[in-house]
Amino acid sequence: MAEVVLEGVGKSFGAVKAVADLSLTIADGEFVVLLGPTGAGKTTTLRLVAGLEKPEAGRIAIGGRDVTREPPAARNVTFVFQQYSLYPHLSVYDNLAFPLRSPARRVPEPQIEETVRSVARLLRIEDKLKNRATQLSGGQMQRVAIGRALVRSPSIYLMDEPLSSLDAKLRSELRVELKRIQEQLGATILYVTHDQTEAMTLATRIGVIEQGRLIQIGSPREIYENPVSAYVASRLGSPGINLLPLALAPTLAAPHGATTVGARTEHLRIRRAAAGTGAVTGQVNWVEHLGDQNHLHVSVGDRSLVTLSDPDSGLDRGDTVAIDFVRPLFFDAAGARVQAG
Amino acid sequence: MSAGLTTAHSVVEPGRLSKRIATIVVVLYAVLTLLPLGWIFLTSLKSPPDSISYPPKVVFQPTIEGYCNLFTTRSRQTADYIKSLPPPSGSCEQIARDRNMVVVGTSNYAPRFLNSLIIAFGSTFCAVTLGTLAAYGFSRFKVPLADDLLFFILSTRMMPPIAVAIPIYLMYRELGLSDTKVGMILLYTAVNVSLAVWLLKGFIDEIPREYEEAAMIDGYTRLQAFRKVVLPQAATGIAATAIFCLIFAWNEYAFAVLLTSGEAQTAPPFIPIIIGEGGQDWPAVAAGTTLFLIPILVFTVLLRKHLLRGITFGAVRK
Ligand SMILES: Nc1ncnc2c1ncn2[C@@H]1O[C@H](COP(=O)(O)OP(=O)(O)OP(=O)(O)O)[C@@H](O)[C@H]1O
Ligand SMILES: [Mg+2]
Repeated sequence: MAEVVLEGVGKSFGAVKAVADLSLTIADGEFVVLLGPTGAGKTTTLRLVAGLEKPEAGRIAIGGRDVTREPPAARNVTFVFQQYSLYPHLSVYDNLAFPLRSPARRVPEPQIEETVRSVARLLRIEDKLKNRATQLSGGQMQRVAIGRALVRSPSIYLMDEPLSSLDAKLRSELRVELKRIQEQLGATILYVTHDQTEAMTLATRIGVIEQGRLIQIGSPREIYENPVSAYVASRLGSPGINLLPLALAPTLAAPHGATTVGARTEHLRIRRAAAGTGAVTGQVNWVEHLGDQNHLHVSVGDRSLVTLSDPDSGLDRGDTVAIDFVRPLFFDAAGARVQAG
Repeated sequence: MSAGLTTAHSVVEPGRLSKRIATIVVVLYAVLTLLPLGWIFLTSLKSPPDSISYPPKVVFQPTIEGYCNLFTTRSRQTADYIKSLPPPSGSCEQIARDRNMVVVGTSNYAPRFLNSLIIAFGSTFCAVTLGTLAAYGFSRFKVPLADDLLFFILSTRMMPPIAVAIPIYLMYRELGLSDTKVGMILLYTAVNVSLAVWLLKGFIDEIPREYEEAAMIDGYTRLQAFRKVVLPQAATGIAATAIFCLIFAWNEYAFAVLLTSGEAQTAPPFIPIIIGEGGQDWPAVAAGTTLFLIPILVFTVLLRKHLLRGITFGAVRK
């Protein structure tokens, strides 16, 4: 395990700036999750660390050693790919043994067998070791792919949406497993996901990327409670943060320069009431029943808010509601955060 | 879905009627192409008089005379001389004596056949090896002018190879490559390599790079990753390409006639020579042709599974 440092790294594909001036330090044993929409440059960042892409600018160091010009094999990293993760012509066992059998590594065969079996046990794929890699379900493939990363102890594990093709139950199981393994091994991990639950639960720190730029990095709590922009704020929280033009809430005490108010469920107090009694008046559009909770869709002016509500709040379609804000977030016209008061 | 109307499992599968028509067409075509081959095989088992009898005989007494004549050279002797000889040592000797001849040696068919094997398999090996490496290069690296180079490679196939016969003949004479196995292997490799590059590039393009990237991260060099990851997955394409190359090199006639006469002569130009030797010995010719078909048949059957998948150009890989 080692510290990984990216310094001002940039990479373009033709006119597309996939990664721009990205600086990031991943401490030894840290679990950093990159969040961002599709095409933001997350995969490219991982590929740069792995050495699969050469950066045009900046440098990359692993464990204090500058590896910017080194080939992937010399970097001692592992990569769990977004897709095509397994060698289709090999059995599961051979897939897991593949990294250990590299001519550069020369691990003796009995030791390979021991490692492969213990990793297979950990990921509960022991009974599939003889299968061809193509004769597995998507979830099993993904576990083998993770297993292939776990058979050796690299400087850093790079994982590109490793749980994306799993069903919800397996995903949460593996999420817990992954966190446990990481703590047990003290592994350094750089992890990409679209799933905010994964980001929130796994990460020591979350980095939010937009168009190749690292917009904000911090603990999950920091990112959630203290986003630097409306963009970052909209990455986390379910349902997503509601952004309303301040013009719709003229009575709200907003800091200077703010044009938008951002409100998550916990920032909203909604009650059935006559118009004019709250900061904003709205109308319940419809109620989605999720089981333990409801999604409440409320129209305010020409905008719509989505918030969680208790199933026995008694609110129903057509109700007029008064909405109050409790310490919401404010953003300026460019989307940057404006601190209240 | 209305049951019983069709046996097709999915809408893209042809219906029963079109399947039946397809079967009839395929069977007709197979009969048409197999008929001459069957006739050649029958002829190879006929005696020379039977082989030229009119109307042609379908029922006849089979004999191995054609095969004997193919592999031996014989000389005509007087009946008295033949009577003075010790009893015949084998059935071929016996057959020869029945026609007032004695076997005086072995014919050139076996060495010519061996030449064919060496040259065809040798050139196939070279063409497929070069083709695989070149295709990999074109597929994975930014080769300057890649499109032009690929077009150039293809353009070597645009004229019939025999169009360059005279320059090659002169070149080979100058270089001392005429009538050498090396020369023939080089020539057939040169003709086949363009086909190999184009076919294999398609196959290798279809193998996602991620596999090699994964291998390179797993501690393999590019060449090791190529061997461990790309080659096994390109096996289908390599097999199909090898068959195409082998068929060309095995059957090639024009250059073989032009450039070989002795040491490196292949079987195709040798077979017509049999016709000329002492009357038209059709059973021997047929025997030579029948045996000539065997290697390609064996090779194709061995690789059939790959070939069938290969001809669809990787579309149903997995
Ligand atoms: N090999 C390439 N050639 C050209 N453009 C590329 C290449 N790889 C990535 N890009 C471009 O770089 C940008 C970033 O791509 P990247 O794969 O890093 O996105 P991502 O954040 O991983 O997205 P996703 O969440 O969809 O996987 C995209 O605009 C993409 O089109
Ligand atoms: Mg990606």
